[in-house]
Amino acid sequence: MSDTRPADANQWVSDAAITRLRALDDRPDFTGTRYELGDPIGRGGMGLVFQARDLTLDRDVAIKVTAWGTEADADRLRREARTLAALEHPGIVPIHDVGRLPDGRVYSVMTLVRGERLDAAAARLTLPDRLRLFDRVCDTISFAHSRGAIHGDLKPANIMVGGFGQVLVLDWGGGGTEGYMAPEQVAGAAEPRSDVYALGAILRDLVGPTISTRAHKPLVSVVLRAMGSDPGQRYASPAELAADARRFLDGAAVSAHAEGPLERVARVVRAYRTPIVLVATYLAVRILLLFWSR
Amino acid sequence: MTKPVLGLVLGGVLGVFDGLSALVSAPNDPAIKAGIVGIVIGSTVKGLLTGVLIGWYARRTNALGKAIVFGLAVGLALAFCVSLMQKLAGQPAYYWQIMLPGGILGVIVGYATFRAPASGPVPAVQHR
Repeated sequence: MSDTRPADANQWVSDAAITRLRALDDRPDFTGTRYELGDPIGRGGMGLVFQARDLTLDRDVAIKVTAWGTEADADRLRREARTLAALEHPGIVPIHDVGRLPDGRVYSVMTLVRGERLDAAAARLTLPDRLRLFDRVCDTISFAHSRGAIHGDLKPANIMVGGFGQVLVLDWGGGGTEGYMAPEQVAGAAEPRSDVYALGAILRDLVGPTISTRAHKPLVSVVLRAMGSDPGQRYASPAELAADARRFLDGAAVSAHAEGPLERVARVVRAYRTPIVLVATYLAVRILLLFWSR
Repeated sequence: MTKPVLGLVLGGVLGVFDGLSALVSAPNDPAIKAGIVGIVIGSTVKGLLTGVLIGWYARRTNALGKAIVFGLAVGLALAFCVSLMQKLAGQPAYYWQIMLPGGILGVIVGYATFRAPASGPVPAVQHR
């Protein structure tokens, strides 16, 4: 028989056992509700997220449950639920229900998102396709801003890409994450342009691995402008940021980058290379025929 | 602007240019000098016909390659007809001189009409 006692003689229970007990303790009891809890699928800023089955409607859902004794998190979860309920957009996961368990923990029920994280999905995509995804993220945030909602915690982990290429923004009303958090948000004063900063950081992540040539300099300027330390230096809105990224995608000049004459010529040639090649071929044939006929 | 109309305009403009280029190709040929108006009119009509046919096809296909191949085929076919008509009229037939640029012209019109938006850009949604 093997010895299962912990190495430290003063430790009564092993680390693995503590982890198991903690998991059991964290696991909320949904007995008596319409939901049958499944496996945990993620951990957010406010608690755990579980896959679950809505027994009434016979469909899979995601349930977010706050941790024990955290009334601040419970308030935040309710706030997030109210925010989501007011936002009807293809890029925002619909919320179905909010409730409180007998143990006091608050939960929210939403559509189960089937897909993968933005960074994982982007790893397989070309730069134009990544920018198209980014455009959809910006459109979602732009819509939320138009309804007076700020996301507050935008990062690749909070953006899912579904099977049809649709973008879904999760975890609204968060407190921010290092590397994606604007300076004013660190100081506790989040505003819509804090989301623009985070979008700039996401754009940096999306295009980072592919930025290598001078052709991408305008895109670097877009990122730098979106991530300006002063909110006034940034794009005024996610829509403005998206418009500049789209201009890059379309081969047009971006507002964040002052290009020189040579850069402009190079950009126009890149953007219109096929018609330029066709017209040049036509002229070359004309000139060849001219010499041939003489 | 619809694709057939764009093809018509582009084919017409390139046709005029194509016809006028005969003056550069054979500046000392008195037959060309005398018949330049007819050449330009014929070339323009050929360009208009090429453009409208390619524009019509570009509206129906979803593949750039097909639009370009169709443009090349129409451009070559109409240029061949013009060369043949010259020959039948007892004039010297410039097959290569007419068919090569005609084919490339068809490719250019095929590319341009395919790339052009079908019915103008879709307006962006404004969140209010």
